[in-house]
Amino acid sequence: MNAIETKVEADRAIPIGRDTDVLAARLAARDLASRLGFTGTDLVLIASVVSEVARNIVAYAGPGEVVLSVVRNGSGLGLQVIARDQGPGIADPSRALEKGFSTSRSLGLGLPGSKRFMDEFRLESTLGMGTTVTMRKWLS
Amino acid sequence: MRVPILKQGDYVIASIQSALSDDDLVQLRDGLTSHVGHYRSKGVIVDVTALDVMDSFATRTVRDLAQMVRLRGAKTIIVGIQPEVAFAMVQLGLELGDVGTALDLEEALEWLHHECH
Repeated sequence: MNAIETKVEADRAIPIGRDTDVLAARLAARDLASRLGFTGTDLVLIASVVSEVARNIVAYAGPGEVVLSVVRNGSGLGLQVIARDQGPGIADPSRALEKGFSTSRSLGLGLPGSKRFMDEFRLESTLGMGTTVTMRKWLS
Repeated sequence: MRVPILKQGDYVIASIQSALSDDDLVQLRDGLTSHVGHYRSKGVIVDVTALDVMDSFATRTVRDLAQMVRLRGAKTIIVGIQPEVAFAMVQLGLELGDVGTALDLEEALEWLHHECH
């Protein structure tokens, strides 16, 4: 992640503890992305990606939060999504990003699909300490 | 957010009115499955026009619904998947499997009529 990036708007933090928070987080992300200038499929993809990371917190690691921000890199604007929790952490982060890998009977497409769509994706996890996923999508 | 379930002849129709949480989707799945048993319906139509996303959970729940309904001797058809939602599903690699789909309610009713009679 680039050091020259700056935030152009105050962070919006959505606490994630239960099912309805997942919905709140993805609607907030869609709203912010729309104000930023994202349209159509990008809006649905951003909402889907936020839904996946927020759901992971509820399913495995709650409570946590999703923090949405607008970031600037030179003349480019982007949406930053940080999903973090103080849960058990992920034993094998690289495996969690593999298509088809799931420990909860889901399709195992949540994180891999998110990683493919976002321009930047970083997963940091420490066993017993929690997990932070940081993602950015730049307006093209 | 509860989704109204309407009985229409041999079919039950669920018309989703807004974005749904995971629990809402599970309730809808279970509600529709029990309706099929109660009314001995032959077909289930789910209108997802108002759904904001079909993410991994929604996709799995719809597939599970179709499978449960099939095991009770009926068919499921999904209508109203918006173009941008369809694009997003393809990009994320999400598939509905062999669940029937149609553009609108009229087409869905025609399809069910063809499949069930």
